[in-house]
Amino acid sequence: MQFFFEVLIGGLLAGVMYSLVALGFVLIYKASGVFNFAQGAMVFLAALTFVGLQEKFGLPLWGAFPLTLGVMVLLGIGIERVVLRPLVNQPQITLFMATIGLAFFLEGVAQLVWGTEVRRLDLGLQDEPIESVMERFNLLISKFDLVAALVAGLLVAVLAVFFNKTRIGRALRAVADDHQAALAVGIPLKQIWAIVWSVAGFVALVAGLLWGARNGVQFALTFVALKALPVLILGGFESVLGAIVGGLIIGASEKLAEVYLPSLMSDFLLKHYDISINLAGIEGWFAYMLALVFLLVRPEGLFGERHIDRV
Amino acid sequence: MLYRESGQFKTSYAADQQLFPILQDRIGVLTLLAVALVAVPLLASDYWLTAILIPFLVFALAALGLNILTGYAGQLSLGTAAFMAVGAFAAYNFQLRIPGIPILVSFALGGLTSAAVGVLFGLPSLRIKGFYLAVATLAAQFFIPWLLVKVSWFSNNSSSGVITAQPVEILGFVFDTPVRKYLFVLVVVAVMALAAKNMVRSAIGRAWMAVRDMDVAAEVIGIRIMQTKLIAFAVSSFYCGVAGALYAYAYLGSVEPDGFNLDLSFRILFMIIIGGVGSIMGSFLGAAFITLLPIFLDIVLTDGAIWLGLNLPSGTTSMAQLVVFGALIIFFLIVEPLGLARLWQIAKEKLRLWPFPH
Amino acid sequence: MEHEHNTGRRIGGTFLSVENISLAFGGVKALTDISFDVREHEIRAIIGPNGAGKSSMLNCINGVYRPQQGTIRFDGQAFQQMDPHKAASMGIARTFQNIALFKGMSVLDNMMTGRSLKMHTNLFLQALYVGPNRREELEHRQKVEHIIDFLQIESVRKTPVGRLPYGVQKRVELGRALAAEPRLLLLDEPMAGMNIEEKQDMCRFILDVNDEFGTTIVLIEHDMGVVMDVSDRVVVLDYGKKIGDGTPAEVRANQAVIDAYLGVAH
Repeated sequence: MQFFFEVLIGGLLAGVMYSLVALGFVLIYKASGVFNFAQGAMVFLAALTFVGLQEKFGLPLWGAFPLTLGVMVLLGIGIERVVLRPLVNQPQITLFMATIGLAFFLEGVAQLVWGTEVRRLDLGLQDEPIESVMERFNLLISKFDLVAALVAGLLVAVLAVFFNKTRIGRALRAVADDHQAALAVGIPLKQIWAIVWSVAGFVALVAGLLWGARNGVQFALTFVALKALPVLILGGFESVLGAIVGGLIIGASEKLAEVYLPSLMSDFLLKHYDISINLAGIEGWFAYMLALVFLLVRPEGLFGERHIDRV
Repeated sequence: MLYRESGQFKTSYAADQQLFPILQDRIGVLTLLAVALVAVPLLASDYWLTAILIPFLVFALAALGLNILTGYAGQLSLGTAAFMAVGAFAAYNFQLRIPGIPILVSFALGGLTSAAVGVLFGLPSLRIKGFYLAVATLAAQFFIPWLLVKVSWFSNNSSSGVITAQPVEILGFVFDTPVRKYLFVLVVVAVMALAAKNMVRSAIGRAWMAVRDMDVAAEVIGIRIMQTKLIAFAVSSFYCGVAGALYAYAYLGSVEPDGFNLDLSFRILFMIIIGGVGSIMGSFLGAAFITLLPIFLDIVLTDGAIWLGLNLPSGTTSMAQLVVFGALIIFFLIVEPLGLARLWQIAKEKLRLWPFPH
Repeated sequence: MEHEHNTGRRIGGTFLSVENISLAFGGVKALTDISFDVREHEIRAIIGPNGAGKSSMLNCINGVYRPQQGTIRFDGQAFQQMDPHKAASMGIARTFQNIALFKGMSVLDNMMTGRSLKMHTNLFLQALYVGPNRREELEHRQKVEHIIDFLQIESVRKTPVGRLPYGVQKRVELGRALAAEPRLLLLDEPMAGMNIEEKQDMCRFILDVNDEFGTTIVLIEHDMGVVMDVSDRVVVLDYGKKIGDGTPAEVRANQAVIDAYLGVAH
């Protein structure tokens, strides 16, 4: 039972990471209706730029962070200018494909500039069990994971305040609701989009730092970021809360499936059909299959609104 | 002046509905076929055949398959490579386990197996659209290669799921040299391209496009949306499956499940975006472009580096490829969403007037 | 464009009747307890202010929307809820308020889709384009060409509809509906946004369809002049309720209708 809880908690904390990536998707989708496939590439680019700046110029944490943030903001503004603006009013699917191109572009540029080898990213946090929890509950919980979860929580809180209490936030919500109407009351659409993409860049940076510090900064990050897609299917594309809950569900169920399912299935097959197979590696597809099944049952997501097609 | 259709009067609807109603097009296509069937085998080197022409044709067929689904029926898929894997492994197993089965029958059965799997993963398309569907097809992309590796029965118990294709033999004639393999692929691809063209100009093609353009109106006309989408998934996966079989049997010889990865799926998606979404010819143009571009880039970068006296770090070419692919996708979507096929059409319209500007 | 027709001679018995239809989206009531009938060969207009539920009514008749209550009786068969495919196969065709053409396809292909239900060759024959499929394509092409001729759009038959001007698109959409050889034609504001010449043309087409093919027509229209001229009987809706039903002259004299259109002092 204790082992079960450890797996569960480990999964939930990994899920927080998915949530962070998914959060970037949701922000952009809400404000511009673009499904930004390049969010994963942005996470990778942010982490790589951060490490690269540290290595090349020997910058400390607090020096590399604002610089990288600056790069991400410029990138956000650039994307709005070069990619989004010319594609305004195109079908969503076209924009989606454009962001796939963008993802390739960013991944290529990041590696051309900073090289292709795996980097270590040190945030000064140790990936070791917390002793007090260890003693009291006899559970292994990593310090690092806990801090990551706190950071994610803080980020969501900051974003909530930003969206609900500031003038820009109100404009953002107006744009999300109706582009035309927002334009009509004088909200500068293009500026808003640039801001949203910059905020998404900021979220990508935070996600990239946490992911990178845990697993090293490498190309495989972009694959992990793909997992944000099933998270969004579960949580719904327009819900910040959904991104968080979806991430937790995917993270936990994926880890539990990886730990328990292969042996269960192998035993079953061996016992009843005399087939001996090693089924490890379920993690690679479990999230997507879960999303697929979910799509068949509840296509609008956990928190998404059911749309009525008007004719 | 060169490409003018005035004076070519159609006196029946049959004449108007033929495959290439314009005389010059008929001449052009026949010339192209003659070159591909006669001149290329005589002149092309083994390198050209095995490294460029055969993969070009195989990818063109896969792109054609994806174009039927995405370009004509409007259903985005990121799982093309997985369906190719199903085709390749199914064809291999039919050859392996049914003694004396003709190779073409194996290919067809491989295609049909892929079609069945395609329909299965297409089921969510009945309720969802656009990028939601893309996520559903990602499930196929990650699940299928995993399954092919894990269940070693599929690869006849070889390690890490590698299969080595049996020789291609039809009525005692073995397609073993590059030229023979090329001709084999060419004939299969040409026949299937013709069939695709026929489908898209018949009732099923119109139904696909109707569902793509406005599904509610299509339903009101009496088109069964569910059936139409699933047929699109089936036909598309059939094409991808046969392409996968050709990929294994005529191009690489031996393949492993992990070779049919997300990267390959994206490459085929790029072919149809650059070549032309919703165009048979676009699939070929896009396949040619994406096959040739890396080779071209490699030459330019390597020679350029030597010329400039630079020492490029390893992997530069593949990174530059990512950048160029990405930039081109964005460029085409912005400037010419209908791709190279549309540019070709514009060129023909200009030729009609040439040498006059208007 | 005063139109005179001998209503008594050509109009038959009840062809379509909607009985006590109620439709709601969530809590919003779009239609409340609507009943009316349509006779064979008749031109029946539905009028009413914006948001009165006119389009929703058409959508219920051919199954795009599923009403919560009521019955639709068409050609002797009763349905609690119509299904779009069933409606099409029973001979109901329609056009939409905001043109619903297939934008990427040519005029000819758009109209050929209208004959989908009448084409039967299998996928394999279509891939080969031989024998029965070839014959079928030609046969239906001929039928569609008649309609193209009737609507005078020969010159644009191969143009993608997305490139055509608005008025012509409306005409193509009518053509696509006619290609199905419908027995009941539902037209949702066929003349919206047209100039006077285009309206006259469209009126002429509608009356000719009714005259030549005997097609029963239900149409939604805002232009009162047109409604009074072409329709045999009129239903008036307001806020999802029926407030009037009768000949154009009767409806024009109905106090409730006048109030709905001109507003009434409270």
